[in-house]
Amino acid sequence: MPKVKEIEILIIGGGPAGLSAANAAAELGASVLVLERDGKPGGQLVKQTHKFFGSKKQYAGDRGYQIGHLLIDQCEKNPKVEVWTDATALGIYEDGVVTAERQGKHLKIKPKKIVVATGASEKMIAFPNNDMPGIFGAGAVQTLMNVHGIVPGQRVLMIGAGNIGLIVSYQLMQAGVEVAGIIEASPTIGGYLVHASKIRRAGVPILTSHTILEAYGQESVEGAIICQLDEQWQPIPGSEQDLKVDVICLAVGLSPLTELCFQADCQMKYVPELSGHVPIRNDYLETTRPGLYVAGDVSGVEEASSAMVEGRLAGVSAAYSLEYGNDAAPKLQAEAMAELSELRSGPAGQKTLKGIMKLTDKGEAAC
Amino acid sequence: MLNKTGIPTAEDIKTVSPSEERLKKGPVAIIECFQKIPCNPCTEACKQGAIQPMKDINDLPKLEFDRCNGCGVCLSRCPGLAIFIVDASYSDTEAIVRIPFEYFPVPQVGEKVIGLNRSGEELGTFEVSKVQSGGQKNKTYTVWLVVPQELAMDVRSIRLGGVRHAN
Repeated sequence: MPKVKEIEILIIGGGPAGLSAANAAAELGASVLVLERDGKPGGQLVKQTHKFFGSKKQYAGDRGYQIGHLLIDQCEKNPKVEVWTDATALGIYEDGVVTAERQGKHLKIKPKKIVVATGASEKMIAFPNNDMPGIFGAGAVQTLMNVHGIVPGQRVLMIGAGNIGLIVSYQLMQAGVEVAGIIEASPTIGGYLVHASKIRRAGVPILTSHTILEAYGQESVEGAIICQLDEQWQPIPGSEQDLKVDVICLAVGLSPLTELCFQADCQMKYVPELSGHVPIRNDYLETTRPGLYVAGDVSGVEEASSAMVEGRLAGVSAAYSLEYGNDAAPKLQAEAMAELSELRSGPAGQKTLKGIMKLTDKGEAAC
Repeated sequence: MLNKTGIPTAEDIKTVSPSEERLKKGPVAIIECFQKIPCNPCTEACKQGAIQPMKDINDLPKLEFDRCNGCGVCLSRCPGLAIFIVDASYSDTEAIVRIPFEYFPVPQVGEKVIGLNRSGEELGTFEVSKVQSGGQKNKTYTVWLVVPQELAMDVRSIRLGGVRHAN
């Protein structure tokens, strides 16, 4: 292998956004390399056993892992796409060189364009004994169950009633694990109500305005003390409940994985509606560093459906900037942008829209 | 309140319920979808033209009860598992409720199962009259339950007695 691998478009991250970007760019004729940190591409899609929402254009009605397989298949069939698994991007440098680690080797890549699609990482909350064995992030529970076929325990307390908390609770029940309850500090359920109703009618209580006070146990989790919160989000004395559980699963939100964007000197901004620091970018998802695009959760935490559309948009835009698809690209860009506005136009998308407005508001200071 | 508990209220259910008269005529879909989310597979599933195409993908589904023949295709396609089929023409005293099912073990025809309402409370023991597989790709089963007429709009789930895989 030459000392420096040259490629037209480098995509960092092989999840829904990255794979969609790779396929879209390669379709227009660009040569693409995807770096995937995991042993297999697909990202979170491969763990999603539920049917996706959205429309046909985002594979609605198909289950997440089926969509994952479809995207992986498309990449494998396209000779313009190369995927390196077990490869972690380390840095994006001023001279345009990207470094990566693979199988103990330090690699250098010189792309013409870059799409960062690194996704997001799970948040943690503070409570006594939150480092005890038996306390999992929801992503870990999904990996354990849906990738390795191992259940995390027998009785679970789920913390967080966003879509991830609701979906993972459902998956636990499908695997034969009892869910003692789902608690949520907010006064309302954050995830889709059809997911909530599905779990509720199977007998699992969803307690809004509730939080965990502490976990307890000798060597691993044996139970949790939960309590109700008042309108000021303060614990209501006397409302404590003791739940005997051997697993506490945290589904308390995600943060965009933006280290590479910071390091590449993209202009960043803290936007709570997008779940943290995100790179400032234009409508075509190009950041303030020319030739560096972002797509998916790294550009603001959202659903996988919109991550796939963003990936497509970034992939097309990167290829178009290299003069591929001069006829087709503008139409594909317009289609992707229309799909994104459609997905975000309802009440569920208002938060994201507000966040994006803040991002493109040039008047405000950024860091 | 639905957005606090996950349980649709009686008022919510009223907005998606057909008339008594329509229920008596034969199988009809009950689309228990109350939140505007970007989702439209039900509109494409319906071959009867009963579920209207959406102007905006975030619209709530709109079902014309008189055009619905209760075929159940929408039930197996709904990603939210929010569609049920009720057939109150089954007999004078009993109705059929079809529910989407994605747990193990899958109930067998003739088996007696414990039916639950939208809060997960037990309503009684009911016989499974039919089980339809969603097929290799779809995977969602449709379980047909024979329930007393007066519970047709209440039975929506089955008590899980599944195998426990953990030690």
